[in-house]
Amino acid sequence: MDVFWAGALWALKIWLYLIILLIMIPSMFGFSLGISEIYMTILVKTLEWATLNIQKANSDEGTLKPSSSNGLIQRENGSMEKELEELRRSRPKPPVGGDFTLSDCFYFIRQGIESIVDDQVTQRFTSEELVSWNLLTRTNNDFQYISLKLTLVYGLGIIVRYCILAPLRITLTVIGVSWLVIGTSAVGLLPNWRIKFWLSELVHVMCYRICARGLSATIRYHNRENKPKKGGICVANHTSPIDIVILCTDGCYAMVGQVHGGLMGIIQRAMVRSCPHVWFERSEMKDRHLVTKRLKDHVNDKKKLPILIFPEGTCINNTSVMMFKKGSFEIGTTIYPVAIKYDPKFGDAFWNSSKHSMVSYLLRMMTSWALVCNVWYLPAMHQQEGEDAVQFANRVKSAIAHQGGLVDLQWDGGLKRAKVKETFKEQQQKKYSNMVGRLSDS
Amino acid sequence: MGSRASRLLREEEIEEIKKETGFSHSQITRLYSRFTSLDKGENGTLSREDFQRIPELAINPLGDRIINAFFPEGEDQVNFRGFMRTLAHFRPIEDNEKNKNPSATEPLNSRTNKLLFAFRLYDLDRDDKISRDELLQVLRMMVGVNISDEQLGSIADRTIQEADTNGDSCISFNEFIKASFVVNIHICTVVLVLVNI
Repeated sequence: MDVFWAGALWALKIWLYLIILLIMIPSMFGFSLGISEIYMTILVKTLEWATLNIQKANSDEGTLKPSSSNGLIQRENGSMEKELEELRRSRPKPPVGGDFTLSDCFYFIRQGIESIVDDQVTQRFTSEELVSWNLLTRTNNDFQYISLKLTLVYGLGIIVRYCILAPLRITLTVIGVSWLVIGTSAVGLLPNWRIKFWLSELVHVMCYRICARGLSATIRYHNRENKPKKGGICVANHTSPIDIVILCTDGCYAMVGQVHGGLMGIIQRAMVRSCPHVWFERSEMKDRHLVTKRLKDHVNDKKKLPILIFPEGTCINNTSVMMFKKGSFEIGTTIYPVAIKYDPKFGDAFWNSSKHSMVSYLLRMMTSWALVCNVWYLPAMHQQEGEDAVQFANRVKSAIAHQGGLVDLQWDGGLKRAKVKETFKEQQQKKYSNMVGRLSDS
Repeated sequence: MGSRASRLLREEEIEEIKKETGFSHSQITRLYSRFTSLDKGENGTLSREDFQRIPELAINPLGDRIINAFFPEGEDQVNFRGFMRTLAHFRPIEDNEKNKNPSATEPLNSRTNKLLFAFRLYDLDRDDKISRDELLQVLRMMVGVNISDEQLGSIADRTIQEADTNGDSCISFNEFIKASFVVNIHICTVVLVLVNI
């Protein structure tokens, strides 16, 4: 028995040394030994082969799938006015008193049925549907046995992911997070010399790089000359908490958020010792003026790091960008937009908080193939003359959506949990009343 | 999407729905995915709340009536068969269907059935006539608070006057068909786009 434990301990030591040497140290200093590149090449080739096989099988059977870019329905996309004109075209000349016809209802019926079959909003709160299966159990919706080879590869994939990759990634993440806590607390003990800021940035970036390796993240940064500078606010589209790791491996930001308890709280308190972040108590978050003031103060201090904010306020599934809350755009400083787009083939990065807890989500991330994403730094934007915060927010949102190839939606991400406001229905009614032609005076 | 269907659709069921509604195999499986993604309670049926969760439907002035059309008399849940049966009304009319066996029952998506769907939206008490009150109710839903009672009343009166041919101050289904002047029925169709990947 003793021999067994001694042997296990020895194996564990070797395992740790290997990880530290081959993965952690290179990633901390920003270079790579090429191991992950080899893995990615093998992975890409395997997935391509699998896709071809599935496509062949599908076309033999004649199965059809929706073309995901256009959605499920062929829409007319005319305005209410145009479509009602079309409906009323065959009517004889309308009489004097008010322009209503029984067939007007068809417009609303058709809009209603279209939205029941396929709407633009509810699909954003669940994971994106893949065009072709990527050999993960979780994305398998209508599995049909296709070939023995494919099943073998799928089985091999499960073994590799759960028995080799997952323990490796968990180890790396644990090391990364503990190093973050210890390192930042240690730096926090130093007095406020220049070297403190430099060390704090170094510690932060190193830890995030280790965590990124812990997720097998392959990140491509574009346009790095537009990277956010001190005294500004960086805004990005939000898909999951991992967005923070992705952005922070390439630069240092001040975080904004609620104070949590437990492990998150420990991390938050440690981080704030080495450089200022903006953490709010739950009660403080309701007071918008307080929030704005604290952000303004942070931004006006030119020595402090740029703030990282996700204006959508909630996680969206990375196929679209939803309404940006105007709070960050009212502060009046430079906005640095960033677009983040994950490649869903290698793993689904979206955190569906109603379905998975944080821990379960992280485990899913660690048992995916990899995390591949593109990050675009967009040129800085300022609020223009005569533009209010909402218009500014929409302009930034469009720029991010355009760059990332995402759908630009006006809907509020809060619709994930809340009901839509009555005012939108009233807008529709007002529009229709204009067409009927007789508005009351009250 | 992305979630496992809580219960997979059996081949026999797909065949039955195909016969009843005329949707193709792929269309049925695709709409089943949609059905399960709306079914938050995962019990194989949809309630009115499940429909209300679609924002674009919730802001539709006739949203409540449209949702109502899915639920049979007095029931609060609709299963997949019922869901498909209602959606079948909006399938486009294909040319080869027009010349099918004339003695077979009329397909759900025939021109008459499409118009009947709209008629039933107005005719809440199912007495096969649209009364002045029923017309006013729907008008009020569509215009909200923007038109006064008197003006709305006169619009309703004028509409009934124009449409009513047998003098009973109500609009029957035949009168409705003539009065709605719908020549191009494609207004009442929803076209599903499915491609070969």
